Amino acid sequence: MQVLLLMYQDEKAIQKLPREEFGRIHGAFVAYVDALKKAGVLLANQGLGPTAKARTVREATVLDGPFAETKEQLAGYFLLDVPDMEAALAWAKRHPTLAHGAVEVRPVWT
Amino acid sequence: MARRKLIDVARRRQTGEEAAPTLALLNDELIDAAGGETPIPDERLRLMFACAHPAIDEGVRAPLILQTVLGFDAATIASAFLVAPAAMGQRLVRAKNRIRQAGIPFRVPEREELAERLDAVLEAIYAVFTEGWADPAGTQARTRDLAEEGIWLGRLAASLLPNEPEALGLLALMLHADARREARRGAHGEFVPLATQDPARWNAALIDEAEELLLSASRMARPGRFQLEAAVQSAHAARRTSGRTDWAAIVQLYDALLGMTGSVVVAINRAVALAELRGPGEGLAALDRLQDDARLAQYQPYWAARAALLARAGDAAGAAEAYQRAIGLESDPAVRAFLQNELLHLA
Repeated sequence: MQVLLLMYQDEKAIQKLPREEFGRIHGAFVAYVDALKKAGVLLANQGLGPTAKARTVREATVLDGPFAETKEQLAGYFLLDVPDMEAALAWAKRHPTLAHGAVEVRPVWT
Repeated sequence: MARRKLIDVARRRQTGEEAAPTLALLNDELIDAAGGETPIPDERLRLMFACAHPAIDEGVRAPLILQTVLGFDAATIASAFLVAPAAMGQRLVRAKNRIRQAGIPFRVPEREELAERLDAVLEAIYAVFTEGWADPAGTQARTRDLAEEGIWLGRLAASLLPNEPEALGLLALMLHADARREARRGAHGEFVPLATQDPARWNAALIDEAEELLLSASRMARPGRFQLEAAVQSAHAARRTSGRTDWAAIVQLYDALLGMTGSVVVAINRAVALAELRGPGEGLAALDRLQDDARLAQYQPYWAARAALLARAGDAAGAAEAYQRAIGLESDPAVRAFLQNELLHLA
């Protein structure tokens, strides 16, 4: 089955991190992506640009701002191909975003 | 007591829909059986012993306890038993189907039946403790209080069966490990490995209690897996008074454990101890003999051990690759930061 791991984090807090801490988070992501690839479960992953550059469309009206009034914003995704939801959760528990945010695990209709 | 109840309720809630029918089944059976006197003073422990039914496959008794009584999800149970989550999920489903089809009667076992059911109960308690022990600072809500809960269940089991050396051994093992809780994290929450921990920060009262339990167990002259693991802990605790670690004794204990269990986890730890005794080359050779085991591909401690030994053997490139694997597989931010730091300081 395919699942989407959605990373949520406070983008303002991330932007304020010292360079060293940011480097460490980046390193953890590189290693995590590596582990997913070695396990043969990673289909795609991308980070998302800041919500300040986002637009929201609703009822054919483009709103000027992002749709992100919550404290944690969607920051990126990992599309995985795993045997089942339990395997997806096992990978989600290792996600570096958990150190400062949350990861949502959603099955993908295929 | 009140807090215990709260933990209880919270854990029950986590068991989720999937486990609910089995739990209900267990509860009905047990309520029927509750008319008589029971030797087990705790409801959860009663359920655990009921779950450890001889008609259920031996290998799935402890996982079944963890899922239905203690509310662990299949992914967590799978990682505790080093199997793929899908395989563990199937095993649990099959066991529950069998319980339903065969109409296995769940009831509180008589006192005479407790000893034969003990192995699975102790294994489940060990898994509960280990889940909590991995996170000494209690940063994750999911695992907070689990170490304490494991010890609490272990104390109950040991007092219920004081003539079972493995029950005492498991309690000794958990107390030894818990004695180092404070010392395992630095002032800023950073990971402190055993070798650089300050023994003055270990809890002396817990160590003394553990030593006494292990002594009582050994007098019964029926060695077992948990007693041997406790003896390894005891050998490490001796550094508190002697200032050194007796690696020769530790390798011997791991040899005995390996002979008894054939566990790949034991083999990894033995390789690390062997490296301390005879140098990184021998440790690496021992690890190399394990590399065909497919389970190790996603087992973080194997890669962390391999990385440290390669670094000590002067193979910086190999060490870097192994550290990278270990970092990608680690879920604890403190341990991840430690590994990243080791990677950064490779020669």
